[in-house]
Amino acid sequence: MSVIALAFYLFAICVVAGGLMTVISRNPVHSVLWLILAFLSSAGLFVLLGAEFVAMLLIIVYVGAVAVLFLFVVMMLDVDFAELKAEMAKYMPLALLIGLVLLMQFGMAYGSWEITDSARAARGAVTPDQLENTAALGMLLYDQYFLAFQLSGLILLVAMIGAIVLTLRHRSDVKRQDILAQIYRDPAKAMELRDVKPGQGL
Amino acid sequence: MIQADLNVILPEIVISVYAMLALLGAVYTGKDRLSGALTWLTAAVMALVAMWIALSGQGTNVAFGGMFHDDGFARFAKVTILLSGAVVLVMSQDYMARRGLARFEYPVLVALATVGMMVMVSAGDLIALYMGLELQSLALYVIAAFRRDSVKSTEAGLKYFVLGALSSGLLLYGASLVYGFAGTTLFSGIIAAAGEGYTPVGLLFGLSFMVAGLAFKISAVPFHMWTPDVYEGAPTPVTAFFATAPKVAAMGLFARVLHDAFGGVSHDWGQIIAMLSVLSMFLGAVAAIGQTNIKRLMAFSSIAHMGYAMIGLAAGTALGVQAMLTYMAIYVTMNIGTFAFILAMEKDGQPVTDISALNLYAKREPARALALLVLLFSLAGVPPMLGFFAKLGVWQAALAVDMVWLVVASAVASAIGAFYYLRIVFFMYFGAEGETLQTARAPVLWVCLMGSALVMVVGVVNMFGLESVAAAAAATLVN
Repeated sequence: MSVIALAFYLFAICVVAGGLMTVISRNPVHSVLWLILAFLSSAGLFVLLGAEFVAMLLIIVYVGAVAVLFLFVVMMLDVDFAELKAEMAKYMPLALLIGLVLLMQFGMAYGSWEITDSARAARGAVTPDQLENTAALGMLLYDQYFLAFQLSGLILLVAMIGAIVLTLRHRSDVKRQDILAQIYRDPAKAMELRDVKPGQGL
Repeated sequence: MIQADLNVILPEIVISVYAMLALLGAVYTGKDRLSGALTWLTAAVMALVAMWIALSGQGTNVAFGGMFHDDGFARFAKVTILLSGAVVLVMSQDYMARRGLARFEYPVLVALATVGMMVMVSAGDLIALYMGLELQSLALYVIAAFRRDSVKSTEAGLKYFVLGALSSGLLLYGASLVYGFAGTTLFSGIIAAAGEGYTPVGLLFGLSFMVAGLAFKISAVPFHMWTPDVYEGAPTPVTAFFATAPKVAAMGLFARVLHDAFGGVSHDWGQIIAMLSVLSMFLGAVAAIGQTNIKRLMAFSSIAHMGYAMIGLAAGTALGVQAMLTYMAIYVTMNIGTFAFILAMEKDGQPVTDISALNLYAKREPARALALLVLLFSLAGVPPMLGFFAKLGVWQAALAVDMVWLVVASAVASAIGAFYYLRIVFFMYFGAEGETLQTARAPVLWVCLMGSALVMVVGVVNMFGLESVAAAAAATLVN
């Protein structure tokens, strides 16, 4: 067995074991940790495929951000996971059905599925020769798909405007900080010195 | 190369840049005080760009390696979208100002949604298709929930957003299957891979899912559930916008995907479209009968009208696309007039949407009642009005490919549908005595109502040459 084959089986077993333990482990924090193992192992699989950029993305985005967010949610929210787990038996038939559908789809994909020669050729040559896949992605994104890239920028702009339109409220009963006004306040106007006579008050 | 590409998408760039400048300008200066001026300015920019596209567009220009097509079909749809968007913006200004909704973001979001629609009708690639669709949809979700202190408006926005996300999911799933089969996202590549006659499983699945996703956007049955609630809940000017420009864009996109990408397998999608069309016509006609809210009624009316327009698509010919384009242009004109009337409906300064408020309206306002009568007759497809000729066009296209059953079904559906349009006319002329509504004295709404009604009557002479323009547009899509 070559080193690459050994690495593949190692990573593959880790992905499957990690996924399984994510679902069945009793402690939700352990679940998230198993999930991180699954993510890391799939990043390893991507490296074996020659897709280093996707592998790094998986680690940075999924392990670095998403899984940490999950951990926070799991630890912050008061969710009774034992109760959720107890209901697992109830949803088992549905889960099995979905599993069956997925198996059938695999069957179709390997059986009666047809792809054209152009699709086969595209799969054969993922990146152009003598170009790392990060550079190849950059060429695609900023060159061939320039229009789509700019349009997704516009979509994000709309999302930002939308979030502000739907949530920003100008409340008049809140004091806001106005730094210049605060710095240039005139002590003579803001303060008044009174000589209070004893026993009389103001 | 990039210079030539940018020249092709110059109209889209102009509107996007305008929207960004308007946003920045309004944020740093007058904010919501500028909303009235900004609404008129946006409408003017959109109308000018429409004129520019109509007058200067020549031939078929392809940009970005086939991702973007600027041809006669796209230009026809873009001019319709821009003009109807501009008119609806102008109509909405008075209503928005008086209901405390005058916010400067509204025209900006409408302008950005319009950019999305323009990309949709020009898409030559699955990715461009999706980007245009999302740009449009996201802006529409926001303006549906624009009256954020109203539960109904918020519900409309949320419902539209959740179901819209679901439909985008269906569309993307279909697109991924098509990509898996063809190995390219370009429409030209897909049609070359699909070939003639024989449809492999992957392509068939992908096609069905994509049709389902797109059918949601034009609210064809059985993907129509969101329409009545969203139309009812959204502020009325937003409803008017929903019923016009986005429908044209989604129909245009539908026609473009079916003919540009799946033109070789038209026998497969022809049946799906015909079925969607029949279901939409009948549900739109039957379900509207029980409605008393005129905005819900217009929602069912739009479902039915999408059904009629889809007859043209189901035919799968250039004549069919021509009939569909003509139908959409006439439908948009009718809807602008009808919504100009609905926007003016009020009682004691509050908007009314109940149709029983129209009792004996004709006695108080004979001119407006007559205009609405003409528009409703036209929506119902009663012969001397333009709406009848729109239906006649799609029927001719269907008969040309021997789809007699579809024509018969749509004639039956339109006879059923005539009932609820005519019921409104009955209320206006012969209804019971009671409190009738007043109408807002907004000159813009009056001009739109009367203009649209006039078009419905005068247009029957030669349809203002619409048919020949639509024929030229359809010829560039189907060949």
